[in-house]
Amino acid sequence: MEHVTQHAADQHYDPEANKLGMWLFIFTELLLFGGLFIVYSIYRFLNPESFKMAGHELNLTIGAINTLILLVSSMTIAMSTSALQKKNKGLTVLLLEITIMLAMIFLINKYFEWGVKFDHGIWPGSEHMLNDLSHGEILFFGLYFVMTGLHALHIVVGMIIIIVALNRVQKGTVDENRPTLLENAGLYWHLVDLIWIFLFPLFYLIH
Amino acid sequence: MEKEKHHIVPYKVYFYILALLITFTFLSIGITKINLGEYSVLGAMIFATIKSILVLAWFMHLKFDQPFLRIMVGFVILLFFAVIFITFLDYYYR
Repeated sequence: MEHVTQHAADQHYDPEANKLGMWLFIFTELLLFGGLFIVYSIYRFLNPESFKMAGHELNLTIGAINTLILLVSSMTIAMSTSALQKKNKGLTVLLLEITIMLAMIFLINKYFEWGVKFDHGIWPGSEHMLNDLSHGEILFFGLYFVMTGLHALHIVVGMIIIIVALNRVQKGTVDENRPTLLENAGLYWHLVDLIWIFLFPLFYLIH
Repeated sequence: MEKEKHHIVPYKVYFYILALLITFTFLSIGITKINLGEYSVLGAMIFATIKSILVLAWFMHLKFDQPFLRIMVGFVILLFFAVIFITFLDYYYR
């Protein structure tokens, strides 16, 4: 009986269903990137030497720094859900702000990384790429731009979701009794991290 | 019931997971610096798999969630490997 009165105002709030819905969406995302990973592995299998040569063009240091940034940001958003459940609103907000800042730094790094490629005349359909590079190298850079580009798009969307969650935490509509929006924002952000965990060795660690 | 739904993970657990993730990142960079040929790709992918299990289990809370979520995630991963296996059967024996 106590249970009923406690949740009378929240009769449409179902955390389990919310989480399940988020996971179903994450499955579609995993299969979207999964398809691209299959395309990558087939073309690498068919053009091993070109992929190796093209892979050396990428900047391992920037790739490694971006990996560390995403891993740390994943920890800060995971910690923010713990902070929310411990009713520490100030810390929750701070951790979410740090996460958004780290996402921003990731994108700035990506901007410079792509900028260097553009300066070397490498972008999809560029003169240099079509005239001077081998078939396999064109495939490598095509996949590089599509996969890291799609991933960067997910970073932007993730930032928007985290900003919305941050707003709701500040307004008090997301709190220790209704944490699902923040938890789902976290799940989305970890998905972005998860994809990068595989993008990094496949593109930057070819030797 | 309420208690098992809202398992609060201590901050330090997340910190340890991050430390492990960073360690495996450097190990995967290290293994590709050593020239192991084919095996360096395999090594890097094994480290990436360990990292993704850490993220799925702790950061994404699968370890603390209801078992059906773990089963569903496992099924999606299995589906992915089935597709990649069948695709490679085709290309490998052409």
